[in-house]
Amino acid sequence: MSRYWTEKIAFVLMTLAAALVVIPIILVAGYIVYRGAGAINGEFLFGMPFDGMKQGGIFPATVGTVVLTLGTAIAALPLGIGAAIYLAEYARDNLLTHMIRMAIINLAGIPSVVYGLFGLGLFVLAMHFGTSILAGSLTLGLLTLPVVISTAEEAILTVPQSFRVVSISLGGTRWQTIRYQVLPHALPGIITGVILGLERAAGETAPILFTVAAFYLPRLPHSLFDQTMALPYHLYVVSTQVPGMPASMQFGTALVLLAFVLSLNIVATIIRSRVRRQRHW
Amino acid sequence: MSKAIELYGQQAKERRQRAGEWIVENLVRISGISAIVFVVLVFFFLIREGLPAFWQVQPGNLFGTKWYPTFGFFGILPLICGSLLVTVGAIVIALPLGIATAIYMRELAPGWLREILKPLVEILAGIPSVVLGFLGMVAVAPLLRTWLDMPTGLSAFAGALMLAYMALPTIISVADDAIDAVPKSYRDAALALGANHWQTIWRVVLPAARSGVLIGVMLGIGRAIGETMAVMMVTGNAARMPDGLLAIFQPARTMTATIAAEMGEVANGSTHYHVLFAVGIVLFVITFLINALASVLMVRSGPRRGGQLLG
Repeated sequence: MSRYWTEKIAFVLMTLAAALVVIPIILVAGYIVYRGAGAINGEFLFGMPFDGMKQGGIFPATVGTVVLTLGTAIAALPLGIGAAIYLAEYARDNLLTHMIRMAIINLAGIPSVVYGLFGLGLFVLAMHFGTSILAGSLTLGLLTLPVVISTAEEAILTVPQSFRVVSISLGGTRWQTIRYQVLPHALPGIITGVILGLERAAGETAPILFTVAAFYLPRLPHSLFDQTMALPYHLYVVSTQVPGMPASMQFGTALVLLAFVLSLNIVATIIRSRVRRQRHW
Repeated sequence: MSKAIELYGQQAKERRQRAGEWIVENLVRISGISAIVFVVLVFFFLIREGLPAFWQVQPGNLFGTKWYPTFGFFGILPLICGSLLVTVGAIVIALPLGIATAIYMRELAPGWLREILKPLVEILAGIPSVVLGFLGMVAVAPLLRTWLDMPTGLSAFAGALMLAYMALPTIISVADDAIDAVPKSYRDAALALGANHWQTIWRVVLPAARSGVLIGVMLGIGRAIGETMAVMMVTGNAARMPDGLLAIFQPARTMTATIAAEMGEVANGSTHYHVLFAVGIVLFVITFLINALASVLMVRSGPRRGGQLLG
């Protein structure tokens, strides 16, 4: 066979592979919108579930997911950005730095269900937080930490060295340089990374299974030590745990969850592309 | 006199500033070190809650082939095999698809199409696993049932399919970076010697990118073996030892799914509870090793310079 035909066949195969990857993504999103859109109405979005979740809405689950996402941000941000500043601006090339980097890679690789076990062992049982928003937020925050650290560090490293040199030559101290020169310029990149981390946390089910999620709790959470429903767990419950669940409830929940997660993604993408356009260095 | 006061004030200001610098530096250092602390804490709590399993359950039972916790059989081998089966299946599907897609996106696709494909792959990475699992249950499993003539369609293969799509974004993006990192001079040399586009890709670009591609595969495996919800919802959850290659078309149960499904129903401190943590230890160790290997590869392949030859 001539090499001409080998090339033709290879390229057709590559194209087919790409189509096999991409078309299911479009089908998945399209199918959920198609089947779920009919369920979306005021009662579904803002009503309490009743009749064993077969009727009513998913409001407590949506609120729970929003609360957990905020809690995750509060838990992960200070430590994550602090660690990123340390790695980018202070850390020397020594054993400690290597160990921190290894630790971050490993944190990123720990399965989400193992985070759930850890959250159960430390926050729920050992620290006596019980199954609570606090325990769930801390667990999800820990899961998000490696994402926040690595994206924030990357954002800090894109700030040109000359900015630092100028600031220090004008008499600025190290922290003043970071505070007034580096962080403001790195901020949009950091925000993008944080939102992408939160996107992952918002869709996670396994870590909240034993730390916060309530099977059926048709009211809004009262305090940090309260359990709450959450969209991912609710989708799991309505699709596997309750027989005779109407399909519209299932697809509607899937659609709301997908919309919430993807809207975070879109916000991050917009910030990122806007920053790239405005950057002058 | 006033000069002395001024000087004194300046010194005090400098001292305050230096103290501030010291505090900030140590705060961020502590944040950095916290990453190490957390890894150690995770491992410590898994050990603390999981270790009792190793003396509460006979080794022959714990490493046996039967998982019936209600009858006191805690054999974790079928769970490990289930995880391996599903993960290997996922990689066999995702590896060729992922590399081919990366090649297509970087080498063949016109610019406008690439701008559409990239965000689509990012969207795939963002779809929560429980949503994919749900679709697997209501759409993919019924299709498999009719096409492959299976009893329910809920099988290790369905799980592998879901996992493959969850691992694809990782494999594609790492392979894409690896292909991008191949020096342009390699390409130019191959083309100048008369190779056509495909020969250049197949004989020059891919071999030069192989270590990067390998890292992508490792990270993909790490991601796949730790996946929980999608797998739990579509594999049919039967803890049985696979008997041969066709076991992929039968129900299976992974370590992750077992923890997620059973932890909610066990009494804290019971044998079953400790064994589930022990399964968590096995998972932690496997992913730890895979990630350590990937990070070693990453350090070794490092930033590639133009003059460096393959390797």
